[in-house]
Amino acid sequence: MKPAPFKYIAATSLAHALALKSEHGDEAKFLAGGQSLMPTMNFRLARPTVLIDINGIDEVSGVDLSETGPTCIGAMTRYRTLERDARLAAAFPLIREALPEIAHPQIRNRGTLGGNLCHADPASEMPALAVALRARLKIQSSTQRRWIAASDFFLGALTTDLQPDEMLTTIELPPLGPRTGSCFMEIARRRGDFAIAGVAAMVTLDDDDTCIGARLVFCGVGEMPVDASDATDLFKGEAISDKAIRDVAALAQNMIDPGGSVHASADYQRHVAGVLTERALTTAHQRARDGQ
Amino acid sequence: MSTRSFGQPVKRNEDRKLLTGQALFVDDVELPGMLHVAFLRSQVAHARIVGIDVSKALQRPGVIAAWTAADLGAYWRHGPLLVPPPPIPGTIFHERTQVPLAKDKVRHVGEPLVMVVAESRYIAEDALDDIDVELEALDAVVDLERALEASSARVHDDLDSNVSAHVHQSKGNYVAAAAKAHCILKRRFLYEHGISSPIETRGVVANWDARASQMTIWDTTQAPVFVRNGLAAMLGLNERNVRVVAPFVGGGFGPKIMMFYPEEVLLPWASMRLNRPLKWIEDRLEHFFATTHERGQIHDAEIAIAADGRILGVKDMFLHDGGAYDPYGLTVPINSQCTLLGPYVIANYDSTFTQVFTNLPIVTPYRGAGRQHGVFVIERLLDLAAHELGIDRAEIRRINLIPPEAFPYNNEIIYQDFAPLSYDSGNYEPVLDMALEAIGYAGFKAAQAEARAQGRYIGLGLACYVEGTGIGPYEGAKVQVQSNGKVSIATGIGTQGQGHFTVFAQIAAEQLGVAVTDIDVVTGDTDQFYWGAGTFASRGAVVAGNAVNEAAKVVRQKALKLAGELFECSEDDLVLENGKVSITGVPGQFITLGDLAGRANPMRGAVKPGTEPGLEATQYFGPPSGATANGVHAMIVEMDPRTFDLKILKYVVVHDCGTVINPMILAGQIHGGVAQGIGNAFFEKLAWDDQGQLLNASLADYLLPTSLDVPRMELSHTVTPSPLNPMGIKGAGEAGAIPVGPLFAQAIEDALDLPSRGIELLEIPLSPSRLYELTRKGERS
Amino acid sequence: MDNDLHDIALTVNGAAYNGRVESRLLLSDFLRHDLKLAGTHVGCEHGVCGACTVLLDGEPVRSCLMLAVQANGHAISTIEGLASPAGDYTPLQQAMHDHHGLQCGYCTPGILMTMTAFLDEHASPSEDEVREALSGNLCRCTGYQNIVDAVMTAASRMRG
Ligand SMILES: Cc1cc2nc3c(=O)[nH]c(=O)nc-3n(C[C@H](O)[C@H](O)[C@H](O)COP(=O)(O)OP(=O)(O)OC[C@H]3O[C@@H](n4cnc5c(N)ncnc54)[C@H](O)[C@@H]3O)c2cc1C
Ligand code: FES
Ligand code: FES
Repeated sequence: MKPAPFKYIAATSLAHALALKSEHGDEAKFLAGGQSLMPTMNFRLARPTVLIDINGIDEVSGVDLSETGPTCIGAMTRYRTLERDARLAAAFPLIREALPEIAHPQIRNRGTLGGNLCHADPASEMPALAVALRARLKIQSSTQRRWIAASDFFLGALTTDLQPDEMLTTIELPPLGPRTGSCFMEIARRRGDFAIAGVAAMVTLDDDDTCIGARLVFCGVGEMPVDASDATDLFKGEAISDKAIRDVAALAQNMIDPGGSVHASADYQRHVAGVLTERALTTAHQRARDGQ
Repeated sequence: MSTRSFGQPVKRNEDRKLLTGQALFVDDVELPGMLHVAFLRSQVAHARIVGIDVSKALQRPGVIAAWTAADLGAYWRHGPLLVPPPPIPGTIFHERTQVPLAKDKVRHVGEPLVMVVAESRYIAEDALDDIDVELEALDAVVDLERALEASSARVHDDLDSNVSAHVHQSKGNYVAAAAKAHCILKRRFLYEHGISSPIETRGVVANWDARASQMTIWDTTQAPVFVRNGLAAMLGLNERNVRVVAPFVGGGFGPKIMMFYPEEVLLPWASMRLNRPLKWIEDRLEHFFATTHERGQIHDAEIAIAADGRILGVKDMFLHDGGAYDPYGLTVPINSQCTLLGPYVIANYDSTFTQVFTNLPIVTPYRGAGRQHGVFVIERLLDLAAHELGIDRAEIRRINLIPPEAFPYNNEIIYQDFAPLSYDSGNYEPVLDMALEAIGYAGFKAAQAEARAQGRYIGLGLACYVEGTGIGPYEGAKVQVQSNGKVSIATGIGTQGQGHFTVFAQIAAEQLGVAVTDIDVVTGDTDQFYWGAGTFASRGAVVAGNAVNEAAKVVRQKALKLAGELFECSEDDLVLENGKVSITGVPGQFITLGDLAGRANPMRGAVKPGTEPGLEATQYFGPPSGATANGVHAMIVEMDPRTFDLKILKYVVVHDCGTVINPMILAGQIHGGVAQGIGNAFFEKLAWDDQGQLLNASLADYLLPTSLDVPRMELSHTVTPSPLNPMGIKGAGEAGAIPVGPLFAQAIEDALDLPSRGIELLEIPLSPSRLYELTRKGERS
Repeated sequence: MDNDLHDIALTVNGAAYNGRVESRLLLSDFLRHDLKLAGTHVGCEHGVCGACTVLLDGEPVRSCLMLAVQANGHAISTIEGLASPAGDYTPLQQAMHDHHGLQCGYCTPGILMTMTAFLDEHASPSEDEVREALSGNLCRCTGYQNIVDAVMTAASRMRG
């Protein structure tokens, strides 16, 4: 289990990295945290001929938190940095809740948010969170920059909209409205494993506790994050009841198409997706009401 | 003796090296000019080999050799049959053992086809991609029942079926017993055991020194002496010219003993051919195929039961997945067959099994070695009977326990050591009582009802087992006092973390009155000790431990005799403690053991005829038959009734393994065994597709339990010494792992009230997803 | 492809090392076989077992998921650097010995490195926190209980 040969280049700046990528295209891969790329290279399932190490580029790392406007997170920001950022946790409790579910401390010390999103593992938590939080992603090449909604970025299992010369540089999160409660829950066989099913739920209430918005996004139950927020239309303009939550969960269950795996049958995935939805919506609703 | 260490939780001698990164493991061996080996392994489970072309690989810079079976010439041969079938009348056994490199056919994924030698492992792996292999795929034999249909493909073409073995054993008369039964309960049970997955994979380093005619092999083996003898014969060398060293080994659990793995056979041969040292370290992906497994059995079993819950008889027919070759004979299914009888009086037993060849990796013993399968069947049968008769599950066990006055208890059928299965000693009921007490059995029903009222689902599991341990043939040990007063012990077994460096020292310390820290133990180096069998079947402490004890006793006698001559007094007037021999009541008059050792090897003068020089002795110990340990595990779980998430709230082990040498090390063995049992019961499942491909060949998908999955365990012991050895010890290596499957099944059933819903858990491993399916299926039907 | 070689300079346990490495050489192999610091173990080479855990600038990381060339300019700590030159154990090493927190000892290097960093950050951990922090290190021998006890004891001894 040793990687096949490749040429290694440590990029010294963003421009350098982008120039190298446009030169080598699909033959080259960015090396971010390496926590997905290196295992696949050790198994020789990935064999890039050029590896562009972007760990030395400070420009694409760090959290820029704004009280009013959007929050920007550099693609190379490590999970660990996010975990230790109390202000970020307060602004986006979903992130705080989901991070400990990702692998283990040693892996979170290296793994990056950008690398995670670009890897686009269907069972991964962060892509679902990005969709739930309506993230916008900044994509750059040596000649262009563009923004894309997270919901348009994921195209399939391990497939994104990134072009061969492009890099994800920034993840932008719009602020959450007032009286928004959220909850992330997942089922995995062991702590730190990829999710058998996971759900990010968000509920926004007005002053009368009437639901004015809700989001529901799954991981692990399809080829990419599944946005089942439409199921929450049932809540709109109502005070959320247990019965409504059960109905939403039942609707959401029919919006996913899990594939089953060695760890769980598709039926089980669908079943627990429903159970988690009920529980996560209940908690998100409570948190919105209690102002947490 | 001033400070007794025997029986105490003495801290381990071997820890310092391991805690400071100074211990030598096989992959740590670095030799000048060393080359590295990688194997091209079959990607398919069953195929005819049409052609292999290595020419491109040989052109790659840094590649030294690429050999196929054809290149091995006369060296290519089948491995030995390690354990022939026991002498059970009517037994059918077809010996088909593994080969170093596949020749005409491949019979499982991962079977080696080509051995590549290169300057580095990296280059060797590059070269694997250069090799062209043409295979003609055949249907893979994977399903145990379909394997026995006439239309099935055959793993071995020269046999007319996939039957590897067929064995029938019985005691009493089951048919007659069944006729008198209040009821007969019959079910099908599926039990799969997984792979041992030590954190250190296997590895071999071979170094041929042509000038010295000396072959040195570092090997992660549990049985260095057998490997030496076998390889010497294969290589045409004298045993004295082959040294096998099993240095620190990172966990074994059984499969590291399946000696004459292809890599073990090939590296020394290649080292002789190339005159260079060679290293092969199994990577984790290879480990899933290249190291032996334990896998599945299908039991169709029935219990004949009296109205009061007494077992009248058990009948069982089972299929055992043996994998592609059967070098280990019948050890695993015989263990299942014998261990099913458990701690219970079962006067009538009729058991038949068929060992089946499949296109899957080879099956050999892995911690428990088939015992789990048998224990699962009998424990589940008792649970079913308890439910059927409305008897308490602890009571049905209690009334069937073998009473203490019945020992030695002869179960008549033949065990894996070829002797009739006989339990040497035991006192089972107190063990059950202690476990019930520790788990809070009496108050549990109320606690359960209270929890249920709060919407919590808790359940209790309880399982009994016996474990045949410490079988022969023999082990030996050399105990030697050095002139610096320190003691050295050498034995032929290998060690993989069981604390042998400490427990053997404790045994010798007891005889020789020296500190445990002054005793240096060498295991697993054939140049240090010539004879031995190996570490398996929970026998290290029992068999080698008793050999150490015998040798140390002789050394003690020698020391006392010498000192008696020196002081011109009777040996009875001497005491041996704190590293010296002194005269009772005359504290000033003493001689240190080191000085005695010096005197025992004089530079001048004559050694008396009949005396050997040195303060040294070698002794061997072979028990007449195995010692039988026993125990009870109990656990309380909490289930999420919707997701089937499981949390263990309490775990209790009560165990009797005779005299305890070191309770700290014993506890460690049990903890580790339980952890592996939990993995087996709820996490670890080898997922094969119908073409014999493993769908979860990585540690990300083959789920070893983590620190969050293994609970705190509460241990207690009773001591019923074994009469079969002077120290009264029984083995403990496998006990932790054996009863965990039925414990899970019973506790989950209890938590979710499954029996009253007509749902029975008759298979292992379980998982949340599987529980969901089983409960849904049960509810539909 | 020709060997793609790189000169690197790093410190390991405070000592400076210079080396020339092929780009694909894993940090774990570099430490073990080039620097002969074989105390760091390799159990899976895909990031799961944790045996290869070392500290990179003080933070535990998987050395099997890093290239040696990536360690250029960084400080690595391994098991060989834990005990004092005189051989005195750290509190965690001592507690592992006292509690029988190791059997075969193969997982031990990774566990010592992970939990050393953990104890630096958590003076008074709960048992649950210890188990959580330990969950990225697989041990096949001990069932973890004695390791957990060792970490708790080390924490309490370090608090004094
Ligand atoms: C044992 C283990 C358990 C794990 N468990 C989980 C889990 O439960 N949940 C989970 O989500 N993840 C898990 N992971 C994966 C982990 O989260 C990875 O860190 C993450 O998926 C990838 O991030 P990285 O920074 O390491 O990216 P890398 O591995 O470096 O890169 C991943 C891919 O993205 C590309 N890439 C990286 N950055 C960019 C960029 N800025 N622009 C364009 N392309 C880029 C790379 O070229 C590569 O193809 C686990 C990993 C391990 C080893
Ligand atoms: S060897 Fe690196 S995590 Fe297993
Ligand atoms: S002590 Fe053997 S793997 Fe942990």
